[in-house]
Amino acid sequence: MFKFLLSRVAVLIPTFIGVSIVAFAFIRLLPGDPVQMLAGERVVSPERHAEIMHALGYDQPIIMQYLDYIWRLLHGDFGTSIVTKRGVIGEFFKLFPATLELSFCAIIFAVALGVPAGVFAAVKRGSWFDQTVMGAALVGYSMPIFWWGLLLIILFSGTWHLTPVSGRIDLLYFFPKGTGFMIYDAAVSGQKGALRSALSHLILPAIVLGTIPLAVIARQTRSAMLEVLGEDYVRTAKAKGLSRFRVVGIHALRNALIPVVTTIGLQVGVMMAGAILTETIFSWPGIGKWMVDSVFKRDYPVVQGGLLLIAMVIMFVNLVVDLLYGVINPRVRVR
Amino acid sequence: MSHIEAQEAEAGVGESLPDRAPQKSVRRQMLAEFWFYFSENKGAVIGLCVFALVVIIALAAPIIAPHSPTLQNRDALLIPPFWEDGGRLSYLLGTDAVGRDILSRLIFGARYSLFIGVIVVVIAVSLGIAVGLIAGYVGGWVDTVIMRVMDIILAFPSLLLALVLVAVLGPGLTNAMIAIALVLQPHFVRLTRASVMAEKQRDYVTAARVVGAGPIRLMVVTILPNCLGPLIVQATLSFSNAILDAAALGFLGMGAQPPTPEWGTMLAEAREFILRAWWVVTFPGVAILITVLAINLVGDGLRDALDPKMKRS
Amino acid sequence: MKTTMKLLAATALAVTLGSAASAKTLVYCSEGSPEGFDPGLYTTGTTFDAASRTAYNRLVEFKHGSTEVEPGLAESWKVSDDGTEYTFKLRPGVKFQTTEYFTPSRELNADDVIFSFERQLKKDNEWNQYVAGASWEYSDGMGFPDLIKSIEKVDDLTVKFVLSRPEAPFLADLAMDFASILSKEYADKLAADGNKDQLNQEPLGTGPFQFVAYQTDAVIRFQANPDYWGGKQPIDDLVFAITSDASVRMQKLQAGECHIMPYPNAADVATLKSDPNLTVLQQNGLNVAYLAYNVTQPPFDKPEVRKALNMAVNKQAIVDAVFQGAASVAKNPIPPTMWSYNDDVKDDPYDPEAAKKMLADAGVKDLSMKLWAMPVSRPYMLNARRAAELMQADLEKIGVKAEIVTYEWAEYIERSKAKDRDGAVMLGWTGDNGDPDNFLDTLLGCDAVGGNNRAQWCDKDFDDLMTKAKETSDQAERTKLYKQAQVIFKEQAPWNTLDHSVVFMPMSKKVKNFVQDPLGYHRFDGVDIEE
Repeated sequence: MFKFLLSRVAVLIPTFIGVSIVAFAFIRLLPGDPVQMLAGERVVSPERHAEIMHALGYDQPIIMQYLDYIWRLLHGDFGTSIVTKRGVIGEFFKLFPATLELSFCAIIFAVALGVPAGVFAAVKRGSWFDQTVMGAALVGYSMPIFWWGLLLIILFSGTWHLTPVSGRIDLLYFFPKGTGFMIYDAAVSGQKGALRSALSHLILPAIVLGTIPLAVIARQTRSAMLEVLGEDYVRTAKAKGLSRFRVVGIHALRNALIPVVTTIGLQVGVMMAGAILTETIFSWPGIGKWMVDSVFKRDYPVVQGGLLLIAMVIMFVNLVVDLLYGVINPRVRVR
Repeated sequence: MSHIEAQEAEAGVGESLPDRAPQKSVRRQMLAEFWFYFSENKGAVIGLCVFALVVIIALAAPIIAPHSPTLQNRDALLIPPFWEDGGRLSYLLGTDAVGRDILSRLIFGARYSLFIGVIVVVIAVSLGIAVGLIAGYVGGWVDTVIMRVMDIILAFPSLLLALVLVAVLGPGLTNAMIAIALVLQPHFVRLTRASVMAEKQRDYVTAARVVGAGPIRLMVVTILPNCLGPLIVQATLSFSNAILDAAALGFLGMGAQPPTPEWGTMLAEAREFILRAWWVVTFPGVAILITVLAINLVGDGLRDALDPKMKRS
Repeated sequence: MKTTMKLLAATALAVTLGSAASAKTLVYCSEGSPEGFDPGLYTTGTTFDAASRTAYNRLVEFKHGSTEVEPGLAESWKVSDDGTEYTFKLRPGVKFQTTEYFTPSRELNADDVIFSFERQLKKDNEWNQYVAGASWEYSDGMGFPDLIKSIEKVDDLTVKFVLSRPEAPFLADLAMDFASILSKEYADKLAADGNKDQLNQEPLGTGPFQFVAYQTDAVIRFQANPDYWGGKQPIDDLVFAITSDASVRMQKLQAGECHIMPYPNAADVATLKSDPNLTVLQQNGLNVAYLAYNVTQPPFDKPEVRKALNMAVNKQAIVDAVFQGAASVAKNPIPPTMWSYNDDVKDDPYDPEAAKKMLADAGVKDLSMKLWAMPVSRPYMLNARRAAELMQADLEKIGVKAEIVTYEWAEYIERSKAKDRDGAVMLGWTGDNGDPDNFLDTLLGCDAVGGNNRAQWCDKDFDDLMTKAKETSDQAERTKLYKQAQVIFKEQAPWNTLDHSVVFMPMSKKVKNFVQDPLGYHRFDGVDIEE
């Protein structure tokens, strides 16, 4: 097992170096002058301009800039935002809990609905239920989620006034020493209504972000289930006279879940892409919105550092999924 | 796996059909068989019809659109669809903030979406297959390097990577297409490589090599046709993904630029009217959804027809 | 009301500050996150609203709702006869805020004033580079390091600024945000703790509201400063709920989740006005959008050609389509809320026929030109692309072919400065300090050619007026000079003045005494809320 872990981590190292080069190179190629960008309509004198470029290190040869950048990375310095003048890593960890909370709830939503729907669709294969679920799943899979979010806002917040429009919790709740995970903070604060408020802010974004994973999981569960239900041991179990519930629930589901777990893991990258859109629509103060804002503000160091940090998170999650898969399914390890 | 099955069928392995068609019409027979399985899937057929309709609309846009997509009528700003109060029959789906007919813009928008899909898939598929063939066939360090590069691309969320790429290249439709093609292409590389590696060891390839086929001929003429099934399915999925991603980039202001009637861009422009004029927000989204859904239905049908493993279940 | 009760209860529980029993909370749905909390480092109104108009004061302040200057931390001041020495008498007994993170031991004195300026002026000051890449945009942009020769402490409550030349707008400059007065004692303590960064994260000043907490990109919390020299504010808590999307802000306002919001979508103003629970204040913004010809390039070197083109454009139509009426057509390069605005100036009328004739008379045939449109939305021009399309159609009607060009924003700004630039550039300006000099000389003076003067227009008579006005400190005299300058401007027509935006402030009817600021700030001192 340890050897397996090592081999997986070893593969990650060149990928990480590649990712860092990509993040670095992109940003150097961005058009537009960061100094002029900050000044807007105002005029910056050439001397002043050179001075700021120097202060930001943009006047160095590109190789030196890269080495300097790697050196700082190794010391945990992911750069400083040009706009806010604050450290990128600090900003990242301040905003990351919001994204994590949102993604986590979206995945829960997707799994809680997707797995049972997939199982029932497989068991009742060909029924109207199966067809409805699979039809709905395909619609969900095809959904432009940025439009889906707007539509839900129009309906739930605009027309029916059921949910708040944006943000993470009602303003009257305030947790100065909070963890950044609003649901947890609200729950432990003991303030009346806080948890409810946090949940009601979370629900629409979580649905929007969870829509595509939900569709994928439902489809994946169904096909995995169908495959397992056709296997000999399930037929044997059936023949032995075990109850339908036991056959489906215990024998089949357990085996069907193996590919489903992988699917869930693979959805993390999809979620990060979805978070960019979802957070933009719901003004959710997380990583996705931060990245989009930074791209538009040409905040080079933030785009660079954020890109790298996000790639690291995804690589880490993929590693965990890989390892989990190795645990569930020992055959993989032998490879 | 379809390619294996197809190859076995072609060679007549395990087949003992008494009325086997003569060699000439094998291809036609395969097509017929494919169509038989494809048409069994009603959703796929519906999807194909809708998709064909979208193609026709796109091709005939100048003929069927009631107005020019960029013509501004300053006397008709934000007119609602015809069934609402204040709607006009001359603007069936209403007008936007500068008095352009939404229906006409949607019709012309179909051209952009299909164009984006086709171009992106062509770039991604040709690039992906070429690189995948090389990686799979040559193997060794070439393979390792190529696959690491693909891992790097896949380590980033696709939309984020495309967003940053477009920011680098400059916002616009062309650059958005390049960026999307680039982030979709690793899937084709992986798929092609895996198929090639599986095929490489098979007898027919060895046979071809013994006969003296060169590596390029081996790769392109002998191996590639046998990996086509999954590639076609993946290409269909990429087609719908490309449309969605391009719309998302347009929505974020990094794709096609106004006044281009691209659906995502229309949505971005319409965002400020979300509370006042629901129609400018709703219809472009519906157009995207229907098109993407149709393509995905076709994709499902293709997979069922080309992938016998799914077929059996 | 139920929400109010909930609000009271929660404030009492959640925040251990203020007199909770009757805490009045004002929620402001702000349009964006502040870049930081040291106003000297930044240039955006969003940051100033959050950082400097709340926690800080300046030596002099803008009078509420006007561009005139009134005493702030300085009770009175004297200007030497040659206009180069400003002596300020500080208000005695001004306390700095006492917060969870700092307790001041002394009151405001001259050291604080000197500290606040010198860190921006002197490169060797230990606070000059206290955050990575610190740049003092406004101080540098306005030439303060050259302008201010020295700042001297005469006694604890008297400070003297010595300038290198007379500068009439200097007082107005000191009322700007970058001139906010910080506490030297607080800074010293942070330096001693090795925690200088905090100066930009937890502001501490003498202002009406003191900082409580900032949750990145979400909420900023303030409470009324109980020791404020102008008296404690009527409200107890001030909350900035950061909401960058305008339609979302509007929904929150309508749902009662906030009391006041800036920058509604133009399209939504009518809806907001019809809401019985809301009031919508409106005022002309301190800005102008213009189309600058390049007067050095034929045929645009002829004033009659420029005037003809101006007459061909239907500006009202642009205002209607781009702003849905939330702007007014501009005739002068300065906005009507600014002193010295010359209302007697007549705008060139919209008259395509006459324009066609004028062009023909000037011997211009088959003119084709470039029309530059900004790639971004600015307060003075929400959608330049849309405006350019309309202008293009208008010009077509008099036989002028216009090609719309645009570049990425930073590049646009850079390229449009070039003296040999081709075509007419759409751009605008938002005033900083309410002084006409900030518009007229900055944008049209000879010194600005190749820079902010996008028309590359250098008119001797106009420029002389500018120089004269700068050296005079008598406002009546300056008004006369600026009015005259506007007449010359209109005759020469280096620009087509397009519009001044109208700024709307929708708010709940419960909000009392909110005054719109002509400079575009959002100030909450003096604002009350009805329970």
